[in-house]
Amino acid sequence: QDSQVPGLPEYIKIVEVGPRDGLQNEKVIVPTDIKIELINRLSKTGLPAIEVTSFVSSKWVPQMADHKEVMRGIERHPGVRYPVLTPNLQGFHSAIAAGATEVSVFGAASESFSKMNINCSIEESIEKFEEVARSARNMNIPVRGYVSCALGCPYEGNIIPAKVAEVSKRLYGMGCYEISLGDTIGVGTPGSMKKMLEAVMKEIPLSALAVHCHDTYGQALANILTAIQMGVAVVDSSVAGLGGCPYAKGATGNVATEDVIYMLNGLGINTGVNLYTVMEAGNFICAALNKKTNSKVAQASFNTGTIN
Amino acid sequence: AFPRRVKVVEVAPRDGLQNEKNIVPTPVKIELINMLSETGLQVIEATSFVSPKWVPQMADHTEVMQGINKLPGISYPVLTPNLKGFQAAVAAGAKEVSIFGAASELFTKKNINCSIAESLERFNEVMAAARAASVPVRGYVSCVLGCPYEGKISAAKVAEVSKKMYAMGCYEISLGDTIGVGTPGSMKEMLTAVMKEVPVGALAVHCHDTYGQALANILVALQMGVSVVDASVAGLGGCPYAQGASGNVATEDLVYMLNGMGIHTGVDLQKLMDTGTFICNALNRRTNSKVSQASCRL
Repeated sequence: QDSQVPGLPEYIKIVEVGPRDGLQNEKVIVPTDIKIELINRLSKTGLPAIEVTSFVSSKWVPQMADHKEVMRGIERHPGVRYPVLTPNLQGFHSAIAAGATEVSVFGAASESFSKMNINCSIEESIEKFEEVARSARNMNIPVRGYVSCALGCPYEGNIIPAKVAEVSKRLYGMGCYEISLGDTIGVGTPGSMKKMLEAVMKEIPLSALAVHCHDTYGQALANILTAIQMGVAVVDSSVAGLGGCPYAKGATGNVATEDVIYMLNGLGINTGVNLYTVMEAGNFICAALNKKTNSKVAQASFNTGTIN
Repeated sequence: AFPRRVKVVEVAPRDGLQNEKNIVPTPVKIELINMLSETGLQVIEATSFVSPKWVPQMADHTEVMQGINKLPGISYPVLTPNLKGFQAAVAAGAKEVSIFGAASELFTKKNINCSIAESLERFNEVMAAARAASVPVRGYVSCVLGCPYEGKISAAKVAEVSKKMYAMGCYEISLGDTIGVGTPGSMKEMLTAVMKEVPVGALAVHCHDTYGQALANILVALQMGVSVVDASVAGLGGCPYAQGASGNVATEDLVYMLNGMGIHTGVDLQKLMDTGTFICNALNRRTNSKVSQASCRL
């Protein structure tokens, strides 16, 4: 790890979304025991948060049909959080019954995306999330809020920063402890990231913000750098860059955790995560999925046999 | 604040193809350069006047140089490792040349079998001839953020070599992260040292994307005032030091980022992508550009 660059956060929390967001967007259905093994390996890397699964109807998301078995089957390491997605109250109760101690809700900054994805308006979705947030509050369960399409929408195109700020504010207002701003189709650049964050930072404290960048256009690390230069200290990523983009066939999706850590190490920023063990977990899941890693660091390291 | 304009130096026909396994026929190289000439790019590195024994891909340097359309306002620099190469380049019609130094002794030894000091001595001859012929010379410094043999490279060493090459008469110094190991942290440190010796207006960055860090590194360089960036269409050119790993940053991905930041390049992204598609088909390989991959809705 290099010496710290002044002006940047000293510590960045990495939220690992490979087992949920990653696998959900992989074509191959992964057996339950492989999912559990992946999460157990990730638990040993130092990652502070690992998104485990999604309590959504298996009719919609077959990959996540085994949510209960996964939740019950994983090792729970002290100091590691294991959030799960809960789109509605039913999913929430199911998650709690299966042992979940943290949940996430997914909003969007685009009406069209909300309609196409969950068949209701943004306002209707917020009402559903409020039900979840109320129950969660009663049970002392933390809730993380996601805002999709923060830098662009596959249907609407451009998304105005004020809309992102408005939806973020609603989620924060209902009790979400953190808002993860997602560049769902990866179209954002340092230009649009800056404008969007400036608008959101007027409504939400910096410490409650996270960025969830997709690398579909190769912009993820530059966008993440822009965010951390503005003080954002929570970054979502996916081991081996698991999870393609459902809106651009053959294109990549999530940014690879390995590549993010490599950059943060080079900036002297502490993450608590061991890069090599993440690469090993990535290696494991890629072998199981019979696919090549999307992480450039992993590609380069396994080919030279060294990590620089 | 960022520069308002960035000059993109396109290196695919030389640096890109030189690091591709398949030998590309001369007409395809010429077509590639001609297509690039239509995209708005102002600088296109055309070929290398090096011995074909060492670099078989560049054996057709004279035919390429003589065969391409040379559009007004576009520069077509060529590599010239020594006086002999320089003379052959000028005879073939070259109007600008490049010379390659390195910030690593071991890399220089392994690459061209001499020390850094000896390599700069050889370049003196090229510089004198270039000056006499009014041919501008661009200087490259390799291994600025790390070396495949030495590992860490001191920023002071990069500054020292850059200073010497600038003092010799190179109008621009392109700082190359040859194995792509740099991060925004090391880029910042290195540029801070170099900018004490060479004016920022004479600096360029040549980032490799082997560890996925290229655009983040370029972003930092822009923030520090650098306004010349090298890139390779379709991200052509693997890394010779890490089998199967990528090398050059893709011009398409760079231009996409600069467009998003409102920075002027003069480059037409669609024409650039079309050129990338052409050369990838000719090479029978997939593009390394994510913008290109994303834009193909199959």
